[in-house]
Amino acid sequence: MIRARAFKYGDDINTDYIISGKYKFKSADMEAMAVHAMEDLDPEYYAKVKPAGGILVAGKNFGMGSSREQAPLVLIHSNTKAVLAKSFARIFFRNAINTGLPVVECDTDRIDDGDELEIDLEGGVVRNLTKGTEIPFAPLPPVMAQLLADGGLVEHFKKHGGFAV
Amino acid sequence: MVAIPGKTIAEKILSAHAGADARAGDIVVADVDFVMGQDGTSPLAIRALERMGVEGVFDPKKVALVIDHSAPSPLEGVSALHTVMREFGKRTGAIVYDIGCGVCHQLIPENGHVVPGDLMVGCDSHTCTYGALNVFSTGVGSTDGAAAMASGKLWFKVPETMRVTYTGELSPGVYSKDLVLYLAGLIGADGATYMAIEFDGPVIEALSVDARMTISNMAIEVGAKAGLMRADAKTLAWHEGRSERRPNPVDPDPDARYAREIEIDAKRVGPQVAKPHSVDNVSPIEEVEGTPIQQGVLGTCTNGRLEDLAIAASILAGRRVHPDVRFIVAPASRRVLLDAIEAGYIQTLVEAGAALVTPGCGPCVGTHNGVPSDGENVISTANRNFKGRMGNSNAFIYLGSPATVAASVIEGKITDPRKYLG
Repeated sequence: MIRARAFKYGDDINTDYIISGKYKFKSADMEAMAVHAMEDLDPEYYAKVKPAGGILVAGKNFGMGSSREQAPLVLIHSNTKAVLAKSFARIFFRNAINTGLPVVECDTDRIDDGDELEIDLEGGVVRNLTKGTEIPFAPLPPVMAQLLADGGLVEHFKKHGGFAV
Repeated sequence: MVAIPGKTIAEKILSAHAGADARAGDIVVADVDFVMGQDGTSPLAIRALERMGVEGVFDPKKVALVIDHSAPSPLEGVSALHTVMREFGKRTGAIVYDIGCGVCHQLIPENGHVVPGDLMVGCDSHTCTYGALNVFSTGVGSTDGAAAMASGKLWFKVPETMRVTYTGELSPGVYSKDLVLYLAGLIGADGATYMAIEFDGPVIEALSVDARMTISNMAIEVGAKAGLMRADAKTLAWHEGRSERRPNPVDPDPDARYAREIEIDAKRVGPQVAKPHSVDNVSPIEEVEGTPIQQGVLGTCTNGRLEDLAIAASILAGRRVHPDVRFIVAPASRRVLLDAIEAGYIQTLVEAGAALVTPGCGPCVGTHNGVPSDGENVISTANRNFKGRMGNSNAFIYLGSPATVAASVIEGKITDPRKYLG
């Protein structure tokens, strides 16, 4: 069960917003890069989310753009516990699962910035504790669910010595 | 008895590589023919391989690391990442294309690493470029890339396919870049998310291979997983002498099932410009003409090929770049640069006032080679104009064809290239 405050943003949030290309080539130190997460959209993102954690809530097509895996990694390192969006760009979605960042496709219209959320990944439901509402979502395809359960693709390979899906 | 529908190009290539009857929606584990990473993504892939406890790669001849995004290195941190890539190449035998070789998406097909019918993945979203060569190629993240480098396999969800048919013919001054920008404006940045696109029709057939690659390159800008085209005589002629492997062209079945079909009359498409800050914010050039610009960029994996340089050179021949404009030219590869020198295009562009930079990604990704200043406007042949893309979130990026960029750098404002025809 994941429980944290919602930080809400809009549609079509691209990977350059999540982590600008000018940082991604500088270093492989994700802790250092995480302070720039979402910077061009919300310069305060890291400062707001890092202390107590947060759930990033967005509209459609979250993570559009580049294949940079630094995008889910800087979110993880900024203490983002999960991302909820109406839809995701496909490379970001895979990268999130592979690196162990829970991503949930669901209706995010009824979530406001600051709402307290609880995500039940197995049960397929987001509970909005502030509003007292529940948002159901379709579970991940079995392959992705297994990769996430194993802790990402690296851990899956370590455990099984290759693809075991 | 219900007839079994035919297959799309994507379903056929994924079926052949998975050894299964793969249909849209299925998840398969398939053999990949090639794996690529660039300098923004390879270091993370190498780290993932180390964490997996994997020493080598599945086949060193089928793995390439390309130093193109930030090359030559502008910073110590980048230099360290490049060193990690070079050492990995020495250790595993994987191919390393170092600074000056060019953009990964030019080098992989140019050096014959893929042939029609192949399945390949690259740790770069514009890996979809080789769809123009009838290759199912798609961008993945570094960990997916590492898994493919280690095992020669990756899992895929077989995508549904959208079919985009361009009918009629191109008008003078209109190019393949305009066709794909028009599509982005029509269906939006998520118009083909999770899908493959098949591009077809008489207009595609009439295009050169260079021009086709511009269209497939931008399939990701509408969310697509691949931007596929059939292999025809031009494709096969292009491959001639590049690879020892035999091409295996894959056509869609006539009764293949498509999730969506779109027909675009090319006659109705004029020069298009994508405005800040999204690729689907597209207008006919008439709506943005006269917008002042301070920088022009010709190059990148979208439009840095020989034909693109030829188009720009034909417009700039005997003319001068506007004194208030910096014009940066980055050929897509060393081969392209050499061919362009031989053809005289480089002479023409440099005499007109262009600043020539190392073959590679140039200023597209904001790491070097021309970061714009606050409040400046850039007209570029690249594929992305996101806020901050070129390294400054206070700059504004417009995207157009090589002809539009060439005409605009002459006048210092966004200019309809049809003015300079003939």
